[in-house]
Amino acid sequence: MRTLLENLKERFPLGPITEQRPDLVFVTVERSGLRPLLAHLRDREGFTHLVLLTAVDWIEENLFQLTYLVHDRRRGRDIGLRVLVPRDAAEMETIHDLWPTAATYQRELREMFGIGFPGSPRVDEEFILEGWVDLPPYRRDFDTKAFAEEAFAHRPGRETHDPATHMRERLTAQGRAK
Amino acid sequence: MQQDDVVEPRVPVKDELKKRTVKGPDGFEFEVDPIHDYYCDARPEVRPGSYLKIVEDLFNWARSESLWILGFGTGCGAIEMRPLMTPRFDAYRYGIQWRPTPRQANLFVISGYLSVKTLKRVIRSYEQMQNPKYVVGLGSCTVNGGMYWDSYNTIKKLDEYLPVDVYVTGCMPRPEALLAGFEELKRIIRAGKGEGANLYAKNFDWYKANQKRVIHDWDMPDYNW
Ligand code: SF4
Repeated sequence: MRTLLENLKERFPLGPITEQRPDLVFVTVERSGLRPLLAHLRDREGFTHLVLLTAVDWIEENLFQLTYLVHDRRRGRDIGLRVLVPRDAAEMETIHDLWPTAATYQRELREMFGIGFPGSPRVDEEFILEGWVDLPPYRRDFDTKAFAEEAFAHRPGRETHDPATHMRERLTAQGRAK
Repeated sequence: MQQDDVVEPRVPVKDELKKRTVKGPDGFEFEVDPIHDYYCDARPEVRPGSYLKIVEDLFNWARSESLWILGFGTGCGAIEMRPLMTPRFDAYRYGIQWRPTPRQANLFVISGYLSVKTLKRVIRSYEQMQNPKYVVGLGSCTVNGGMYWDSYNTIKKLDEYLPVDVYVTGCMPRPEALLAGFEELKRIIRAGKGEGANLYAKNFDWYKANQKRVIHDWDMPDYNW
Protein backbone atom coordinates (compact mmCIF):
# COMPACT_ATOMS: atom_id res chain seq x y z
CA MET A 1 0.00 0.00 0.00
CA ARG A 2 2.82 2.42 0.92
CA THR A 3 4.55 1.92 -2.39
CA LEU A 4 1.30 2.34 -4.21
CA LEU A 5 0.67 5.64 -2.45
CA GLU A 6 4.23 6.80 -3.19
CA ASN A 7 3.68 5.92 -6.84
CA LEU A 8 0.38 7.72 -6.96
CA LYS A 9 1.81 10.78 -5.28
CA GLU A 10 4.41 11.12 -7.99
CA ARG A 11 1.82 11.08 -10.74
CA PHE A 12 -1.25 12.73 -9.25
CA PRO A 13 -1.89 15.60 -6.87
CA LEU A 14 -3.30 13.91 -3.76
CA GLY A 15 -4.97 15.63 -0.85
CA PRO A 16 -5.02 14.43 2.77
CA ILE A 17 -4.60 10.70 3.25
CA THR A 18 -6.27 8.64 6.00
CA GLU A 19 -4.91 5.16 6.61
CA GLN A 20 -7.81 3.29 8.07
CA ARG A 21 -6.24 -0.16 8.02
CA PRO A 22 -3.14 -1.58 6.38
CA ASP A 23 -5.33 -2.61 3.46
CA LEU A 24 -7.69 0.40 3.38
CA VAL A 25 -6.85 4.05 2.79
CA PHE A 26 -8.94 7.07 1.99
CA VAL A 27 -7.53 9.80 -0.20
CA THR A 28 -9.09 13.17 -0.83
CA VAL A 29 -8.63 14.35 -4.39
CA GLU A 30 -9.60 17.30 -6.50
CA ARG A 31 -12.70 16.95 -8.57
CA SER A 32 -10.77 17.21 -11.82
CA GLY A 33 -8.20 14.67 -10.68
CA LEU A 34 -10.70 11.94 -9.96
CA ARG A 35 -11.24 10.45 -13.38
CA PRO A 36 -7.58 10.04 -14.40
CA LEU A 37 -6.83 8.59 -10.98
CA LEU A 38 -9.71 6.11 -11.16
CA ALA A 39 -8.73 5.08 -14.66
CA HIS A 40 -5.15 4.61 -13.56
CA LEU A 41 -6.15 2.54 -10.54
CA ARG A 42 -8.42 0.40 -12.62
CA ASP A 43 -6.14 -0.23 -15.56
CA ARG A 44 -2.68 -0.21 -14.03
CA GLU A 45 -3.01 -1.09 -10.38
CA GLY A 46 -5.64 -3.81 -10.48
CA PHE A 47 -8.44 -1.99 -8.70
CA THR A 48 -11.03 -3.48 -10.98
CA HIS A 49 -14.03 -3.49 -8.70
CA LEU A 50 -16.08 -0.42 -7.80
CA VAL A 51 -17.38 -1.41 -4.38
CA LEU A 52 -19.56 1.60 -3.81
CA LEU A 53 -20.18 5.21 -4.55
CA THR A 54 -21.83 7.10 -1.80
CA ALA A 55 -22.22 10.59 -0.41
CA VAL A 56 -22.03 12.40 2.90
CA ASP A 57 -23.80 15.66 3.51
CA TRP A 58 -21.46 18.09 5.30
CA ILE A 59 -24.10 20.72 5.66
CA GLU A 60 -22.02 22.91 8.00
CA GLU A 61 -19.27 23.22 5.39
CA ASN A 62 -21.82 23.46 2.60
CA LEU A 63 -20.24 20.45 0.91
CA PHE A 64 -21.16 17.01 -0.32
CA GLN A 65 -18.45 14.43 0.03
CA LEU A 66 -18.54 11.68 -2.58
CA THR A 67 -16.67 8.50 -1.76
CA TYR A 68 -15.59 6.15 -4.52
CA LEU A 69 -14.43 2.89 -2.98
CA VAL A 70 -12.48 0.62 -5.29
CA HIS A 71 -11.13 -2.83 -4.56
CA ASP A 72 -8.09 -4.73 -5.76
CA ARG A 73 -9.16 -8.32 -5.63
CA ARG A 74 -5.80 -9.87 -6.34
CA ARG A 75 -3.96 -8.14 -3.52
CA GLY A 76 -6.98 -7.73 -1.26
CA ARG A 77 -6.82 -3.98 -0.71
CA ASP A 78 -9.17 -1.05 -1.03
CA ILE A 79 -8.82 2.64 -1.77
CA GLY A 80 -11.51 5.16 -1.12
CA LEU A 81 -11.35 8.36 -3.12
CA ARG A 82 -13.10 11.33 -1.64
CA VAL A 83 -14.23 14.29 -3.67
CA LEU A 84 -15.87 17.38 -2.24
CA VAL A 85 -18.47 19.20 -4.28
CA PRO A 86 -20.33 22.34 -3.27
CA ARG A 87 -23.79 21.69 -1.95
CA ASP A 88 -25.59 24.44 -3.80
CA ALA A 89 -24.22 23.43 -7.19
CA ALA A 90 -24.26 19.72 -6.49
CA GLU A 91 -22.94 18.12 -9.62
CA MET A 92 -20.24 15.67 -10.53
CA GLU A 93 -18.83 14.08 -13.66
CA THR A 94 -20.28 10.68 -14.35
CA ILE A 95 -18.03 7.62 -14.29
CA HIS A 96 -20.47 5.18 -15.84
CA ASP A 97 -18.09 4.73 -18.76
CA LEU A 98 -15.42 3.41 -16.39
CA TRP A 99 -17.79 1.17 -14.43
CA PRO A 100 -21.29 0.68 -15.87
CA THR A 101 -22.50 -0.18 -12.37
CA ALA A 102 -21.78 3.39 -11.30
CA ALA A 103 -24.87 4.49 -13.20
CA THR A 104 -27.07 2.86 -10.57
CA TYR A 105 -25.25 4.56 -7.71
CA GLN A 106 -25.50 7.82 -9.53
CA ARG A 107 -29.23 7.45 -9.98
CA GLU A 108 -29.56 6.80 -6.30
CA LEU A 109 -27.46 9.83 -5.37
CA ARG A 110 -29.41 11.96 -7.77
CA GLU A 111 -32.65 10.94 -6.10
CA MET A 112 -31.62 10.80 -2.47
CA PHE A 113 -29.15 13.72 -2.32
CA GLY A 114 -30.02 15.66 -5.43
CA ILE A 115 -26.50 15.43 -6.83
CA GLY A 116 -26.54 15.68 -10.60
CA PHE A 117 -24.50 13.45 -12.87
CA PRO A 118 -25.06 14.84 -16.37
CA GLY A 119 -24.78 12.19 -19.06
CA SER A 120 -25.28 9.20 -16.82
CA PRO A 121 -27.88 6.79 -18.20
CA ARG A 122 -31.45 7.33 -16.93
CA VAL A 123 -30.12 9.47 -14.12
CA ASP A 124 -33.11 11.76 -14.03
CA GLU A 125 -35.68 8.99 -13.86
CA GLU A 126 -37.24 7.93 -10.60
CA PHE A 127 -35.17 5.29 -8.89
CA ILE A 128 -36.79 4.09 -5.66
CA LEU A 129 -39.18 6.83 -4.70
CA GLU A 130 -42.35 7.40 -6.63
CA GLY A 131 -43.93 10.77 -7.00
CA TRP A 132 -41.53 12.44 -4.59
CA VAL A 133 -42.25 16.14 -4.33
CA ASP A 134 -40.10 17.34 -1.44
CA LEU A 135 -36.37 17.90 -0.86
CA PRO A 136 -34.20 14.85 -1.59
CA PRO A 137 -34.72 12.84 1.61
CA TYR A 138 -31.10 12.10 2.49
CA ARG A 139 -30.12 15.75 2.60
CA ARG A 140 -29.65 16.79 6.14
CA ASP A 141 -31.80 19.86 5.82
CA PHE A 142 -34.72 17.56 5.04
CA ASP A 143 -36.52 17.08 8.35
CA THR A 144 -37.69 13.46 8.20
CA LYS A 145 -39.69 13.58 11.40
CA ALA A 146 -41.52 16.77 10.55
CA PHE A 147 -42.25 15.42 7.10
CA ALA A 148 -43.61 12.13 8.43
CA GLU A 149 -45.76 13.93 10.95
CA GLU A 150 -47.22 16.18 8.33
CA ALA A 151 -47.63 13.69 5.52
CA PHE A 152 -48.91 10.57 7.25
CA ALA A 153 -51.89 10.05 9.49
CA HIS A 154 -50.90 9.43 13.03
CA ARG A 155 -52.39 7.26 15.76
CA PRO A 156 -52.31 8.95 19.14
CA GLY A 157 -51.17 7.10 22.22
CA ARG A 158 -47.71 6.22 21.15
CA GLU A 159 -45.14 6.17 23.93
CA THR A 160 -41.41 6.10 23.67
CA HIS A 161 -38.94 5.36 26.39
CA ASP A 162 -35.29 6.09 26.31
CA PRO A 163 -33.99 2.65 27.27
CA ALA A 164 -31.38 3.95 29.72
CA THR A 165 -33.76 6.22 31.68
CA HIS A 166 -36.52 3.70 31.58
CA MET A 167 -34.38 0.93 33.03
CA ARG A 168 -32.88 3.23 35.63
CA GLU A 169 -36.34 4.20 36.83
CA ARG A 170 -37.51 0.65 36.92
CA LEU A 171 -34.42 -0.71 38.55
CA THR A 172 -33.89 1.99 41.16
CA ALA A 173 -36.81 4.08 42.46
CA GLN A 174 -39.67 1.74 41.70
CA GLY A 175 -37.70 -1.42 41.95
CA ARG A 176 -36.55 -0.57 45.46
CA ALA A 177 -39.96 0.67 46.54
CA LYS A 178 -41.38 -2.76 45.88
CA MET B 1 -67.70 8.52 -14.01
CA GLN B 2 -67.40 11.86 -12.35
CA GLN B 3 -63.82 12.46 -11.27
CA ASP B 4 -63.67 14.11 -7.89
CA ASP B 5 -59.96 14.72 -7.79
CA VAL B 6 -59.18 15.90 -4.32
CA VAL B 7 -55.49 16.29 -4.95
CA GLU B 8 -54.33 17.44 -8.33
CA PRO B 9 -51.51 15.21 -9.53
CA ARG B 10 -48.29 17.08 -8.90
CA VAL B 11 -46.10 14.64 -10.75
CA PRO B 12 -46.11 14.35 -14.55
CA VAL B 13 -48.12 11.46 -15.95
CA LYS B 14 -46.10 8.56 -17.34
CA ASP B 15 -45.87 8.37 -21.12
CA GLU B 16 -47.69 5.06 -21.43
CA LEU B 17 -50.66 6.49 -19.54
CA LYS B 18 -51.09 9.61 -21.64
CA LYS B 19 -53.98 10.03 -24.02
CA ARG B 20 -52.93 9.11 -27.51
CA THR B 21 -54.19 8.22 -30.95
CA VAL B 22 -53.69 4.61 -31.95
CA LYS B 23 -53.98 3.04 -35.36
CA GLY B 24 -55.75 -0.29 -35.38
CA PRO B 25 -54.81 -3.22 -37.63
CA ASP B 26 -57.61 -2.23 -40.01
CA GLY B 27 -56.11 1.22 -40.47
CA PHE B 28 -58.78 2.88 -38.39
CA GLU B 29 -57.50 5.56 -36.05
CA PHE B 30 -58.98 6.04 -32.60
CA GLU B 31 -58.14 7.79 -29.37
CA VAL B 32 -57.12 5.91 -26.26
CA ASP B 33 -57.14 7.25 -22.75
CA PRO B 34 -55.51 4.35 -20.89
CA ILE B 35 -56.63 5.15 -17.38
CA HIS B 36 -60.29 5.32 -18.34
CA ASP B 37 -60.42 2.91 -21.25
CA TYR B 38 -58.35 0.04 -19.96
CA TYR B 39 -60.04 -0.33 -16.59
CA CYS B 40 -63.51 -0.44 -15.22
CA ASP B 41 -63.57 2.21 -12.56
CA ALA B 42 -67.18 1.99 -11.49
CA ARG B 43 -67.50 2.80 -7.81
CA PRO B 44 -67.84 -0.07 -5.39
CA GLU B 45 -71.28 -0.67 -3.99
CA VAL B 46 -72.51 -1.65 -0.58
CA ARG B 47 -73.81 -5.22 -0.70
CA PRO B 48 -76.75 -5.80 1.58
CA GLY B 49 -76.79 -9.03 3.55
CA SER B 50 -79.33 -11.79 3.02
CA TYR B 51 -82.94 -11.09 3.85
CA LEU B 52 -82.95 -13.78 6.54
CA LYS B 53 -80.53 -13.58 9.41
CA ILE B 54 -80.17 -17.34 9.62
CA VAL B 55 -79.10 -17.49 5.99
CA GLU B 56 -76.59 -14.71 6.48
CA ASP B 57 -75.26 -16.52 9.54
CA LEU B 58 -74.78 -19.65 7.50
CA PHE B 59 -72.95 -17.64 4.86
CA ASN B 60 -70.77 -16.03 7.48
CA TRP B 61 -69.91 -19.37 9.00
CA ALA B 62 -68.93 -20.62 5.57
CA ARG B 63 -66.88 -17.50 4.90
CA SER B 64 -65.05 -17.77 8.18
CA GLU B 65 -63.98 -21.27 7.28
CA SER B 66 -62.43 -20.38 3.98
CA LEU B 67 -59.86 -17.67 4.36
CA TRP B 68 -57.71 -17.43 1.30
CA ILE B 69 -54.78 -15.15 1.78
CA LEU B 70 -53.21 -13.10 -0.94
CA GLY B 71 -49.52 -13.96 -1.02
CA PHE B 72 -48.26 -10.39 -0.98
CA GLY B 73 -45.60 -9.60 1.61
CA THR B 74 -45.20 -5.90 2.12
CA GLY B 75 -42.70 -5.68 4.98
CA CYS B 76 -40.50 -7.82 7.18
CA GLY B 77 -43.52 -9.47 8.78
CA ALA B 78 -44.03 -11.46 5.61
CA ILE B 79 -41.28 -13.78 6.73
CA GLU B 80 -43.57 -15.08 9.48
CA MET B 81 -45.99 -16.40 6.92
CA ARG B 82 -43.52 -18.95 5.59
CA PRO B 83 -43.48 -21.11 8.72
CA LEU B 84 -47.25 -20.77 8.74
CA MET B 85 -47.60 -22.16 5.25
CA THR B 86 -45.29 -25.04 5.95
CA PRO B 87 -45.61 -28.08 8.26
CA ARG B 88 -44.20 -26.45 11.38
CA PHE B 89 -47.30 -24.35 12.02
CA ASP B 90 -49.46 -25.53 9.15
CA ALA B 91 -52.19 -22.92 8.91
CA TYR B 92 -53.98 -25.04 6.31
CA ARG B 93 -55.48 -27.16 9.07
CA TYR B 94 -57.50 -24.06 10.06
CA GLY B 95 -58.87 -23.67 6.58
CA ILE B 96 -56.43 -20.93 5.68
CA GLN B 97 -54.44 -20.98 2.54
CA TRP B 98 -52.37 -18.69 0.34
CA ARG B 99 -53.13 -17.79 -3.22
CA PRO B 100 -50.97 -16.07 -5.81
CA THR B 101 -53.50 -13.64 -7.22
CA PRO B 102 -55.96 -11.15 -5.72
CA ARG B 103 -58.81 -12.64 -7.74
CA GLN B 104 -58.53 -15.87 -5.79
CA ALA B 105 -58.07 -14.37 -2.36
CA ASN B 106 -60.36 -12.81 0.22
CA LEU B 107 -57.92 -12.02 3.00
CA PHE B 108 -55.15 -9.48 2.70
CA VAL B 109 -52.47 -9.73 5.35
CA ILE B 110 -50.58 -6.45 5.36
CA SER B 111 -47.37 -7.83 6.72
CA GLY B 112 -45.65 -4.87 8.25
CA TYR B 113 -44.52 -1.46 7.11
CA LEU B 114 -46.05 -0.08 3.97
CA SER B 115 -44.06 2.31 1.92
CA VAL B 116 -46.04 4.72 -0.18
CA LYS B 117 -44.91 2.89 -3.27
CA THR B 118 -46.17 -0.43 -1.92
CA LEU B 119 -49.37 1.15 -0.68
CA LYS B 120 -50.20 1.95 -4.25
CA ARG B 121 -49.89 -1.72 -5.25
CA VAL B 122 -51.73 -2.79 -2.13
CA ILE B 123 -54.69 -0.59 -2.96
CA ARG B 124 -54.88 -1.97 -6.46
CA SER B 125 -54.62 -5.54 -5.24
CA TYR B 126 -57.17 -4.97 -2.51
CA GLU B 127 -59.66 -3.52 -4.93
CA GLN B 128 -59.29 -6.49 -7.24
CA MET B 129 -60.13 -9.00 -4.52
CA GLN B 130 -63.53 -10.65 -4.35
CA ASN B 131 -66.18 -9.47 -1.94
CA PRO B 132 -66.48 -10.05 0.95
CA LYS B 133 -62.84 -9.40 1.80
CA TYR B 134 -60.89 -8.91 4.96
CA VAL B 135 -57.69 -7.18 5.98
CA VAL B 136 -55.36 -8.16 8.79
CA GLY B 137 -52.70 -5.66 9.84
CA LEU B 138 -49.64 -7.52 10.98
CA GLY B 139 -47.06 -5.91 13.22
CA SER B 140 -46.63 -2.61 15.00
CA CYS B 141 -45.82 -0.86 11.77
CA THR B 142 -49.39 -1.16 10.59
CA VAL B 143 -50.77 -0.02 13.95
CA ASN B 144 -48.84 3.17 14.59
CA GLY B 145 -45.78 3.12 12.42
CA GLY B 146 -43.71 0.86 14.66
CA MET B 147 -40.07 1.61 14.37
CA TYR B 148 -40.69 3.39 11.09
CA TRP B 149 -42.83 6.00 12.80
CA ASP B 150 -40.61 8.85 11.60
CA SER B 151 -39.77 7.53 8.18
CA TYR B 152 -40.24 9.72 5.16
CA ASN B 153 -41.72 6.93 3.15
CA THR B 154 -43.96 4.66 5.21
CA ILE B 155 -47.52 5.18 6.31
CA LYS B 156 -48.22 4.95 10.01
CA LYS B 157 -51.88 4.10 10.36
CA LEU B 158 -53.20 1.48 8.03
CA ASP B 159 -56.90 1.96 8.71
CA GLU B 160 -56.78 5.43 7.18
CA TYR B 161 -56.21 3.83 3.81
CA LEU B 162 -57.94 0.44 3.97
CA PRO B 163 -60.59 -1.00 6.28
CA VAL B 164 -58.80 -3.25 8.75
CA ASP B 165 -60.60 -6.07 10.57
CA VAL B 166 -57.90 -7.29 12.92
CA TYR B 167 -54.54 -6.00 14.05
CA VAL B 168 -51.90 -8.40 15.27
CA THR B 169 -49.34 -6.53 17.31
CA GLY B 170 -45.71 -7.32 17.80
CA CYS B 171 -42.46 -6.60 16.04
CA MET B 172 -42.62 -9.05 14.56
CA PRO B 173 -45.50 -11.22 15.76
CA ARG B 174 -44.83 -14.93 16.10
CA PRO B 175 -46.75 -17.32 13.87
CA GLU B 176 -48.80 -18.32 16.93
CA ALA B 177 -49.92 -14.70 17.30
CA LEU B 178 -50.93 -14.68 13.68
CA LEU B 179 -52.91 -17.89 14.14
CA ALA B 180 -54.66 -16.30 17.11
CA GLY B 181 -55.37 -13.31 14.89
CA PHE B 182 -56.95 -15.57 12.28
CA GLU B 183 -59.12 -17.19 14.94
CA GLU B 184 -60.18 -13.73 16.06
CA LEU B 185 -60.99 -12.82 12.49
CA LYS B 186 -63.14 -15.93 12.21
CA ARG B 187 -65.06 -14.90 15.30
CA ILE B 188 -65.56 -11.44 13.82
CA ILE B 189 -66.82 -12.86 10.55
CA ARG B 190 -69.18 -15.29 12.26
CA ALA B 191 -70.57 -12.42 14.31
CA GLY B 192 -71.33 -10.65 11.03
CA LYS B 193 -68.86 -7.86 11.69
CA GLY B 194 -66.40 -8.55 8.90
CA GLU B 195 -67.83 -5.76 6.82
CA GLY B 196 -64.61 -4.26 5.50
CA ALA B 197 -65.63 -4.28 1.85
CA ASN B 198 -68.91 -2.55 2.61
CA LEU B 199 -67.16 -0.06 4.83
CA TYR B 200 -64.79 0.69 2.00
CA ALA B 201 -67.66 1.19 -0.42
CA LYS B 202 -69.56 3.34 2.03
CA ASN B 203 -66.66 5.62 2.92
CA PHE B 204 -65.11 5.40 -0.51
CA ASP B 205 -64.50 9.13 -0.88
CA TRP B 206 -62.83 9.36 2.51
CA TYR B 207 -60.51 6.45 1.76
CA LYS B 208 -59.67 7.83 -1.67
CA ALA B 209 -58.92 11.27 -0.26
CA ASN B 210 -56.58 9.75 2.32
CA GLN B 211 -54.88 7.59 -0.26
CA LYS B 212 -54.39 10.48 -2.63
CA ARG B 213 -52.97 12.61 0.12
CA VAL B 214 -49.92 10.36 0.33
CA ILE B 215 -49.71 8.98 -3.20
CA HIS B 216 -48.64 11.96 -5.24
CA ASP B 217 -48.32 10.26 -8.59
CA TRP B 218 -51.82 8.88 -8.69
CA ASP B 219 -51.87 7.38 -12.16
CA MET B 220 -54.42 4.64 -11.85
CA PRO B 221 -58.19 4.42 -12.00
CA ASP B 222 -60.04 5.47 -8.87
CA TYR B 223 -61.52 2.06 -8.38
CA ASN B 224 -59.72 -0.74 -10.03
CA TRP B 225 -62.10 -3.63 -10.34
S1 SF4 C 1 -43.59 -4.34 12.95
FE1 SF4 C 1 -41.41 -4.82 13.10
S2 SF4 C 1 -41.19 -6.79 12.03
FE2 SF4 C 1 -43.14 -5.88 11.39
S3 SF4 C 1 -42.69 -4.75 9.54
FE3 SF4 C 1 -42.52 -3.32 11.25
S4 SF4 C 1 -40.36 -3.35 11.78
FE4 SF4 C 1 -40.75 -5.16 10.55
